[in-house]
Amino acid sequence: MSRRFVPKVVSANDLLEGHAVWLTEDDRWSPDMGEAELLEDEAHAQIRLLFARAQPHIVGADLVDAAPSPTGPVPLHFREAFRTHGPTNYHHGKRAEGLTPRGRIPGAQDGV
Amino acid sequence: MYSYDAFDEAFVRDRVRQFRAQVERRIDGSLTEEEFRPLRLMNGLYLQLHAYMLRVAIPYGTLSPAQMRQLAMIAERWDRGYGHFTTRQNIQFNWPRLRDVPDILDALADVGMHAIQTSGNCVRNVTADHFAGAAADEIADPRPVAELIRQWSTDHPEFQFLPRKFKIAVSGSPRDRAVTRAHDIGLRMVRGADGEPAWEVSVGGGLGRTPMLGQVIRPALPEADLLPYLEAILGVYNLRGRRDNKYKARIKITVFEGGLEAFRNAVEERFAQLRGEWGGADRAMLERIRAMFAPPAWKERDDGDYLAFRAASPAFRSWTDTNLHPHRAPGHVIVTVSLKAPGATPGDATAAQMRTLADLAERHGYGELRVSHEQNIILPHVHRADLPAVWRALREAGLATANAGLASDIIACPGMDYCALATARSIPIAQGIARRLVESGLERETGPLGIRISGCINACGHHHVGAIGILGLDRGGVETYQITLGGDPTETAAIGEKTGPGFAADEVVDAVERLVRGYLTVRRDAQESFLHCVRRLGLEPFRGFLYGAEAADAA
Ligand code: SF4
Repeated sequence: MSRRFVPKVVSANDLLEGHAVWLTEDDRWSPDMGEAELLEDEAHAQIRLLFARAQPHIVGADLVDAAPSPTGPVPLHFREAFRTHGPTNYHHGKRAEGLTPRGRIPGAQDGV
Repeated sequence: MYSYDAFDEAFVRDRVRQFRAQVERRIDGSLTEEEFRPLRLMNGLYLQLHAYMLRVAIPYGTLSPAQMRQLAMIAERWDRGYGHFTTRQNIQFNWPRLRDVPDILDALADVGMHAIQTSGNCVRNVTADHFAGAAADEIADPRPVAELIRQWSTDHPEFQFLPRKFKIAVSGSPRDRAVTRAHDIGLRMVRGADGEPAWEVSVGGGLGRTPMLGQVIRPALPEADLLPYLEAILGVYNLRGRRDNKYKARIKITVFEGGLEAFRNAVEERFAQLRGEWGGADRAMLERIRAMFAPPAWKERDDGDYLAFRAASPAFRSWTDTNLHPHRAPGHVIVTVSLKAPGATPGDATAAQMRTLADLAERHGYGELRVSHEQNIILPHVHRADLPAVWRALREAGLATANAGLASDIIACPGMDYCALATARSIPIAQGIARRLVESGLERETGPLGIRISGCINACGHHHVGAIGILGLDRGGVETYQITLGGDPTETAAIGEKTGPGFAADEVVDAVERLVRGYLTVRRDAQESFLHCVRRLGLEPFRGFLYGAEAADAA
């Protein structure tokens, strides 16, 4: 019966800057998804989400699918990959801040 | 142009003060996000994929040079040095920080602008023909009426919580450049029985999930009745609109489900009650507004070296062939400044470009600028003698692309590069198609062609009314593009038809090229546009170009 739980990370936006941030194991919010806590247990994921939603200065916390990698979690869907990457039309956002994009952006060369 | 009176000024300043306090209360934790969200949206502040986005209204697309300069200042001081002009005659800033937004709103108020009602279930920015007040084919300038509607609908107590958002477009010309039939209410000026300007009112148009063209509810409404009639439509919709289902909440569904007749009867009944209550204050207001839109005193001059320069410079000639439109005043033309250089992001302008445009409007354009829903900037009044100087300055600023109305003049929404609702990207697809069609020389051969791209079903990129419409979808975690053909945004409005299975991101540019090449082989002659050719031949030959002849036969 039980479907295998797809691992998750808690993804959100910073209230003041609006930038994408992810919840780390030690309760920080990192602009780098590679530092996020990979949640492999469903019950634990729900608890982390509740914790995230109660944080001040955090907006729109939600669970998104991710996979493990040697450099930390990698998003499974391209929408979340965009959040680690920034827009593709200008060098703005995460890439411009020197962060390594994660997951697959169709057509882009870089990315973990 | 309209300029704020003491009431407008006090109103927008008050709003900024309120919002400043709301932002402070959000930051200190007194307001939760749940409480704050509707407040920020009422002031045009969205949260997108990478950052906040502030959407600022440019009512009926009209801007003064001072306003354009202020937008440039905002882009530089609080954003990343550019702004994105949208299909709703708004400008969007993609990177503001929450703490800065009240200051940005104050800076907008300094030049008589605001971001009020650019979001939420209320009457949104009223859009208009971008050639309004200038076009030779116009009956009269529709902008005074648009401004009247802006004032009436702003903070209208009855209409702040409509079932869904509500969009109104106005056109003063029989040539519909405002896509009026794709709006909740479309207003087109016509001549009434007495020869006086009257309004054809259509209702229930809209793109998005269930695209529909508006139906005419009144063929020639006398201008004196306009606001009471709009109030009657909104009132009936407010009561009857489906609040139980977000996807059925637009007025197009209300009209469609009950039928136009029933809707009209209810509106007429309400109108009969309301009409007497209005008492003419709106008419007096309209006259006051109209005086502010009096056309400038046209200067009569000769054409200077316009013709000689046209003969001497092929690049200038090519630009004048595509980017000019007939003006009502002798010696003058309307200039479309393309924000669609091949490879550029459709609708984006840098702060420096905005300043160039402001300077040109001041020096050569009677101090007026317009923003088109096609995501270009218009210099509505330029004398032919000034065209060489205007063109040189535009070229210097990277703004002299000669493609208005051609295949690379693509409308595209921000899509997945920015938008939190997107299912796929739009911008790179637009860039790829524009580059391909220009570099291959196909664009010039093809002539007028409207390509319109949306990054999701919400259709902000107006793909349904593109001769070639492209809709980006997420199919199993992969960007997939669905192509529609035969859409038309004008007075002969039509919704495009789906061709068949979608294309992957790396196939869609080739697919569009096949369509264009195919069209060139089957068009009757160079006078038959892509759209007319699709109308004459139907979709089948074009399906053949897209999918191969066999696939088309099997379909
Ligand atoms: S069409 Fe969709 S993706 Fe494009 S701007 Fe509108 S909501 Fe966003």
